[in-house]
Amino acid sequence: MAETLLNITALSKSFDTAKGRVEALHKVDLNIREGEFITVIGPSGCGKSTLLRIIAGLDGQYSGTITLAGQNITGPGIDKGFIFQEHRLFPWLPVEKNIAADLSLRDPEVRRKVDELIELVKLGGFEKAYPKELSGGMAQRVAIARALLRNPRVLLLDEPFGALDAFTRAHMQDVLLDIWRRNQTTMIFVTHDIDEAVFLANRVVILKPRPGQIKSIVPIDLPYPRKKTTSSFQELRLRVLKLLDSLDELELTDGAGI
Amino acid sequence: MSHEISAAGPSLRAGSGRWKLLGLGLILPGAVLVLWQIFGQLGYISDLLFPTPLVILKAFVGLAQSGDLWDHFRISAVRALAGFALGGSLGLLFGILVGLFAKVEKMLDPTLQMIRMIPSLAVVPLFILWFGIGEESKILLIAKGAFFPLYINTYLGIRNVDNKWFEVTRVLGYSRIQQIRRLVIPAALPNILLGIRLSIGLSWLGLVVAELIASTSGVGYMMSDARQFADTPVVFVGIIVFAVAGLITDYIVRLAERRLLRWKESYNR
Repeated sequence: MAETLLNITALSKSFDTAKGRVEALHKVDLNIREGEFITVIGPSGCGKSTLLRIIAGLDGQYSGTITLAGQNITGPGIDKGFIFQEHRLFPWLPVEKNIAADLSLRDPEVRRKVDELIELVKLGGFEKAYPKELSGGMAQRVAIARALLRNPRVLLLDEPFGALDAFTRAHMQDVLLDIWRRNQTTMIFVTHDIDEAVFLANRVVILKPRPGQIKSIVPIDLPYPRKKTTSSFQELRLRVLKLLDSLDELELTDGAGI
Repeated sequence: MSHEISAAGPSLRAGSGRWKLLGLGLILPGAVLVLWQIFGQLGYISDLLFPTPLVILKAFVGLAQSGDLWDHFRISAVRALAGFALGGSLGLLFGILVGLFAKVEKMLDPTLQMIRMIPSLAVVPLFILWFGIGEESKILLIAKGAFFPLYINTYLGIRNVDNKWFEVTRVLGYSRIQQIRRLVIPAALPNILLGIRLSIGLSWLGLVVAELIASTSGVGYMMSDARQFADTPVVFVGIIVFAVAGLITDYIVRLAERRLLRWKESYNR
């Protein structure tokens, strides 16, 4: 078994809102191994995006500890790639310059890696296109290439395919698994789509809301490439669905959701 | 052969479409000119107040041939350009500083807004007292006008950069300088270019004010001189020169806009 890359211990985070203090995450413990594909799923308000943003170093002021390769996370940086729900490409830069961003394409090493990544995300021929000329799926692939150019230790994806239609989404899942297989980059992928969570992950982390806590972690021991139609896939899917459903009941009896 | 034809077809059609549009735009001014000429020749309108287009054209040709027009225009253009360069670059600089740093905004913006509210004409006597009637007072007057559109639009452009881009630059590990150079400036560029267009327009306006009041050269002087001798055609020539010069500079900035803002949705050609 590969060694721990990311260690989260007793992570709590609260926000001050107009209605008072809200605890977004409460004592979350999670260990992620090098090269692992983790998906995080849960109802809205369970703090899954907050968890991701804290790992990225975008949100601070939490209690508990997070270490990446043994180092405390002090802020955002290129060792933690982040893919937002929207592609967030710079509209004034063509595809290749968006991927290079602050690095110069005149550097032959950067040029070579950018060309490789364009090949990897299957965007050959679109090097000079502007973001406005790309479809949603293509733009998100550029964003993934931009993050991968920096060789991150971990790639954090915050519902990256949420805005895409079902066909594009399925295609993007295949592309992402292909990248993962080739680059062995550790992935933490937040989603609200059960199929997506089970299809991609080594382990599905189910969060429960108010306050955000880990409800359970479901290992997915299916070999890749997976087929969503197999009965073993459906069984696991059902297990995750049941766990999520029990959250709904919990919420209703609590009366907190209304 | 057939390839050539198909390649030329659309551009030809687009070309004739553009000419049609231009023709449509020329109908009204053309008709006015023709009626003006006819009524002028028939003596229905005063040739002192409204010299006919042909008389104006003759005055233009005369001034152009003697070289006077070119001399005056060159002097005027240099003044407008110098005033724009001075005021515009300061406007850009202050716009960037005030846009980026809240502290600078608190310190400078109230004062600058106060200066903005002072009409240019009101400071003319003071400028003449301070700087004399030489080039300095004129260029400073033009610079004052050119400063504000660029200042305000640069500032607005920078303030409107969405926080989500800043998150991206943080994740990508940009330094503060890189954030300014690679995010803030390009994102504010549409506003900055708009500011440049407005500033150039105001530079020509400021030039006229400066030259009409105290000057011994330039197109504005040529006009006020002609007015004193009731040489109305020359006044018209001056007006036309300013109009054309303004149009040309505006067109140049719009060309630059089209090139620099290719990436924008609204610049789909």
